[in-house]
Amino acid sequence: MRDAFARTLYQIAKKNPKVFIVVADISPAASMALFQKEFPDRFINIGVAEQSMIGMCAGLAMRGCTAFAYTIATFAVYRPFEQIRDDLCYQNIPVAVVGVGGGVAYSTLGGTHHAQEDIAVMSALPNMSVIAPCDPLETELATWACSQSKGPVYLRLGKAGEPVLTADALEPFQFGKLRYLRKGKDVCIFSYGPIMKMAMEIGKKIEETGQTVSVISVHTLKPLDKEGITSALKAHQKVIVIEEHSEEGGLSAKTKQIAWENNADCRLFTFSLKDSFLHTYGSQQDIWKAHGLDACSILNELLIS
Amino acid sequence: MNGNAEKNRCVKYRKRILQLSQKVGALHIAPAFSCLEIVDAIYYKIMRPKSLKPVKFFDNFILSKGHGAMAQYVVLEHLGILLESDLNNLCQSSGKLGGHPDYGVPGIEASTGSLGHGLPIAIGMALADKVFNIDRIVYVVMSDGEMQEGSVWEAMLIAPNLGLNNLAVFVDSNDFQVLDRISKINPNFYPIIEKAQSFGWETIEIDGHDSRLIYEKFVKREGKTPLMVIANTVKGKGVSFMENNPIWNFRSPSKSEYDSAFKELDEGLLT
Repeated sequence: MRDAFARTLYQIAKKNPKVFIVVADISPAASMALFQKEFPDRFINIGVAEQSMIGMCAGLAMRGCTAFAYTIATFAVYRPFEQIRDDLCYQNIPVAVVGVGGGVAYSTLGGTHHAQEDIAVMSALPNMSVIAPCDPLETELATWACSQSKGPVYLRLGKAGEPVLTADALEPFQFGKLRYLRKGKDVCIFSYGPIMKMAMEIGKKIEETGQTVSVISVHTLKPLDKEGITSALKAHQKVIVIEEHSEEGGLSAKTKQIAWENNADCRLFTFSLKDSFLHTYGSQQDIWKAHGLDACSILNELLIS
Repeated sequence: MNGNAEKNRCVKYRKRILQLSQKVGALHIAPAFSCLEIVDAIYYKIMRPKSLKPVKFFDNFILSKGHGAMAQYVVLEHLGILLESDLNNLCQSSGKLGGHPDYGVPGIEASTGSLGHGLPIAIGMALADKVFNIDRIVYVVMSDGEMQEGSVWEAMLIAPNLGLNNLAVFVDSNDFQVLDRISKINPNFYPIIEKAQSFGWETIEIDGHDSRLIYEKFVKREGKTPLMVIANTVKGKGVSFMENNPIWNFRSPSKSEYDSAFKELDEGLLT
């Protein structure tokens, strides 16, 4: 995903001479080298200084530039939170805050590197938009969307090596609109981010039981496509949310709210990260599993219910 | 030595702030009195005017010490950028001016109020101007107390690296924070000037209440790196009982205090 981001940003910067990227000593891999080489004035490594990274991007955008602030998700969101709130959101300045390794992608590095409540925190801010693409293709489209935004955006990326999941999507990517990747009649799965891969596998397993399954990418968490969610809640008997985010304030919580507000009569099952710091290591999948997010546990729970 | 025009303006500003203080429950009077001559000199002497009617500038001003808002408001009113009615409705539900500068209000280039935000924003602006060869200088007024914020030190480290000689920061150095003297709470904080120099800034140290001198020293700068002007000031300057007394950080005077402050300012004009 980070390579897709870097490639796309380079394309955008080639067309738009006002595109800047300010990084806090974390750079999106080798693919950024081309950007850095061709546009050295517009690639700024500010050093380990996240507060200034956000403030500077605000200043650049206030001069009409398109600014991307880039670092590891936890450092992009939590350290400069007040700069994001005051400089970007309060003033409504179009800056893209790009957090790489959202969720528990840095699975071996411990809780200081896990952004497991970032979407809740960013969604709480007025004027902020939140996008979390599920694969490299969606990352490209989301990066373009960020460059067109009229206000601040938080772009939550995975790391590297995520597979392509949306090549056969039934609907195009549109900022603020969910998209069907598969369409069925009985069960519907909402997901976003790299855990979409698991959501699709679970969808296939459910189909083996004779039910048809919709899989929906809810890539834009704010503004959330409430209409799209409402109609999916109405069109299916069973709706499942699978997300790599805390149960507090993520898509699960938001979907429950929409279901309640719209008298949805489907059954709703949500699977999120626990509201807990687990102090465990291993692969990203290992951490998901420690939070109860693995295909086997999820399918068991769905079968029992 | 202040010239008469500058001195008259600054007395007028102080009276106007006192007058407005009688309409609102509490106001940051002393922090505004501390930086009035600095703000006046930046607008009237230092920034290059683009047009006079209406008043517009080539350069930019950010009040990073947002709690000094009254100083900026009264100067903007004097320039005709803000209206008398805007100030008369200060902090009212019908008005557009609050206790801190708000982006979008005429003459206000950034929303401040939380400390340590103005300098990084100014760096972004100055960088864009550099990259696109725009002849514009970004001026920032920051307080010494504000410099305790980590973001200020980040930004101080970064600005010279980016070659931003189109950035000038005036530090309103009054040795006070809300509760006490900075030199008492952080004995190693002063002198600021050596720290700025060691970070690669050009520095000037001046009496921050001498409008003429602020300008004269400023124009003699070398201008190869970002500039930090350490302006030594007195918190509450101009009204004896408000000077160097922390309670006047955020408070409005009673009627009798108001009368004696006004009288002092009038007498001060004659000396």
